[in-house]
Amino acid sequence: MLKKTLSLIISFDETQQAMAAENYCQSHNLPGRLIPIPREINAGCGLAWKANPKEKDMLCKAFDCNNIVWGQAVIIEI
Amino acid sequence: MIYLDNAATTINKPPEVAQAIVKAMESMGNAARGAHSVSLNASRIVYDTRVKIANLSGCQDPSHVVFTSNATEALNIAIFGTLSSKDHVISTDYEHNSVLRPLYALEDEKKMELDFVRADNLGHLCYEDFERLIKPNTKAVVCTHCSNLTGDLVDVKRVRDIAKANHLLFILDGSQTLGSIPINMQELEVDILCFTGHKGLMGPQGTGGLCIANGVEISPWKRGGTGIQSYNRQHPSPYPARLEAGTLNSHGIAGLSAALDFIEKTGIETIHRHEQELMNLFYEGVKNVEGVKVYGDFSKETRSAIVTINIRDYDSGAVADVLSEKYHIATRPGAHCAPRLHKALNTKEQGAIRFSFSWYNTKKEIVKAVEAVREIAK
Repeated sequence: MLKKTLSLIISFDETQQAMAAENYCQSHNLPGRLIPIPREINAGCGLAWKANPKEKDMLCKAFDCNNIVWGQAVIIEI
Repeated sequence: MIYLDNAATTINKPPEVAQAIVKAMESMGNAARGAHSVSLNASRIVYDTRVKIANLSGCQDPSHVVFTSNATEALNIAIFGTLSSKDHVISTDYEHNSVLRPLYALEDEKKMELDFVRADNLGHLCYEDFERLIKPNTKAVVCTHCSNLTGDLVDVKRVRDIAKANHLLFILDGSQTLGSIPINMQELEVDILCFTGHKGLMGPQGTGGLCIANGVEISPWKRGGTGIQSYNRQHPSPYPARLEAGTLNSHGIAGLSAALDFIEKTGIETIHRHEQELMNLFYEGVKNVEGVKVYGDFSKETRSAIVTINIRDYDSGAVADVLSEKYHIATRPGAHCAPRLHKALNTKEQGAIRFSFSWYNTKKEIVKAVEAVREIAK
């Protein structure tokens, strides 16, 4: 049985943006990882950034400040 | 063998290129097609390579670097994706068939209007033609950065000034130059730069692409899977997916990525200087040999590392065959997919023998090649 946890999910419309997000986070030691986009979220790209919900504001701000275009940032149980 | 056919393809590559391809084949899945580790490996390599190409070419946005299988495919995408029946296009006598044939097809099938800036019988481009040829419906200038036949560079700053003053789309064929000669598409205000991975970039065959300036719209030429917007009936519009339907050659792109690392580590200016030195050594060695005719303009400060010659009235294919069989020197004879420049230079019948040099050639090889030409010309 899959165990669900409350997670921050940030979606992207394009693979390039997902890769840019990963590249930025890894090079700046920011938390999270790429996962397949959960079905609850309607996004163009099949990848999403998953992290602890408490990181939402910090990650969204980091992406915005570095021209990384993201779609939605939602906290859901997956 | 002394390989002097680098304008066709570089055969000597940085060893890291083949190593990267082997590693990629053992560890990479399908880019942008999943979130498991091997798919992400591929996505990361493809993304990193876009960033490296953008940095090398001065392309503002890495997502506007689109991968294709070669420069011909890139040029077809650029030409068919931006031009239509009511347009007028200006190109040049320097062009390769990869530019000419798509343009001719549009002229023949869509009644697009097409004119060419002439090259004279010395191979000099008549730049004043550009202004003279412009019409109210002129939409684009499509030109090469360098003649693949003579190695002469087009004065792209001059073309840029004309194109921008007349609000024309500027499509540049960088097949012979990207990797060997610095290009900054922002400085040159190039709208679409087409490139191949296997010549100056020293990557594998089967790689190439387009670098697209912000605001330039190219219609997709193929449609299909992209890994994004799966339920959209239409093909996705964001670059690069717009022009990249189907699985990419990620293994080849991994090799190209390694080649780009080598170029960055070595320095493009260092590579350019070395190639120019070899070219000048060969040119100085053969230019005054009786019976040798050299094509192209060697008075300019810089040019592509190509020296094209004929010896007496000998068939160029016969000379190349002797070079290959007796001296073990690989060159390219005959026509060079540049029919308009061959006509201008009056080499349509004889063809011409092209010696083209790369980072991996040595002075010793050039000395041997000069000696071979001298012996054949005796």
